[in-house]
Amino acid sequence: MMLTSLAIVAVILLGLISVAAGVAVFVVDSMAKATFALLVSFLAVAGILLALELTYLAVVTALMMTIEMAIMAVFMIMFMMNPAGLMPMTMVHNARTSAVAGVVVFAVLVLGIWTIDWPARVGSLPADSTRQLGEAIMSSHMLVMLVIGIGLFATIISGTVLATHRGRYDRFGPDLRTAKPNDPVSGGLR
Amino acid sequence: MTLQLILSVAAALIGVGLFGALSQQSIVMVMMGLELIVNGVMLAGGAAWYFLTPELPDAQMLVVVALVVMAVEMAMGFGATLAIYRARQVDMVDDATELRG
Repeated sequence: MMLTSLAIVAVILLGLISVAAGVAVFVVDSMAKATFALLVSFLAVAGILLALELTYLAVVTALMMTIEMAIMAVFMIMFMMNPAGLMPMTMVHNARTSAVAGVVVFAVLVLGIWTIDWPARVGSLPADSTRQLGEAIMSSHMLVMLVIGIGLFATIISGTVLATHRGRYDRFGPDLRTAKPNDPVSGGLR
Repeated sequence: MTLQLILSVAAALIGVGLFGALSQQSIVMVMMGLELIVNGVMLAGGAAWYFLTPELPDAQMLVVVALVVMAVEMAMGFGATLAIYRARQVDMVDDATELRG
């Protein structure tokens, strides 16, 4: 069973929306607007995944990206380069080389996509793609999830390390035996 | 035909994301470009699953890995951005060149 013509129209529309929103990310002046443009791009991709019967992945993408962009908007406002349009400035450097790199990568990929003799579909759609993924995670592809788990755990530790203040080990060395604390500004507490 | 169309959309997302990651001055905007690239990878993975190998879960796993990469990238990116801003009030890539080879 392939996509119905209605689904194909929807996929093309969502694809156009996702690319247009992706371009808007780097066109709009406000970094907060850029965040929500990126969210629109993610939601359009989630819609395409939904049309491809990847229900679970589509819902996860939509929920995760909505929350992620909501958090990102806070950081965007913190680091905004042109707050309230009061500091007009260029946000890009090396724009021409970057544009050339982007266009070349796009052209090479599109050339490959439309010239490759794609294989025919092997097998048919499973009754439930979510069950297929769940069973893969818990049996044949468990190693992937193990690696993901370790990676996420390392991320938690690294985030905590990056977020903590300078502690006694930064000031007095790994064995806490340095006589004089190593402070950026001297005169602190011993 | 539809497979090629969806993959072309994914290629466009990757190209736009690459442009953004290379051209933006603000560190957080560079991260937006990276997220757009991963977005394209997710779309390509989903299309490959539906049109090529729906009986195998591998393409679905690729999408899951891309989602995780995005979460890790955002957590670590903001952690590093905040750390360098707190240490030296730097939020531009042009000012953060200590690791230049």
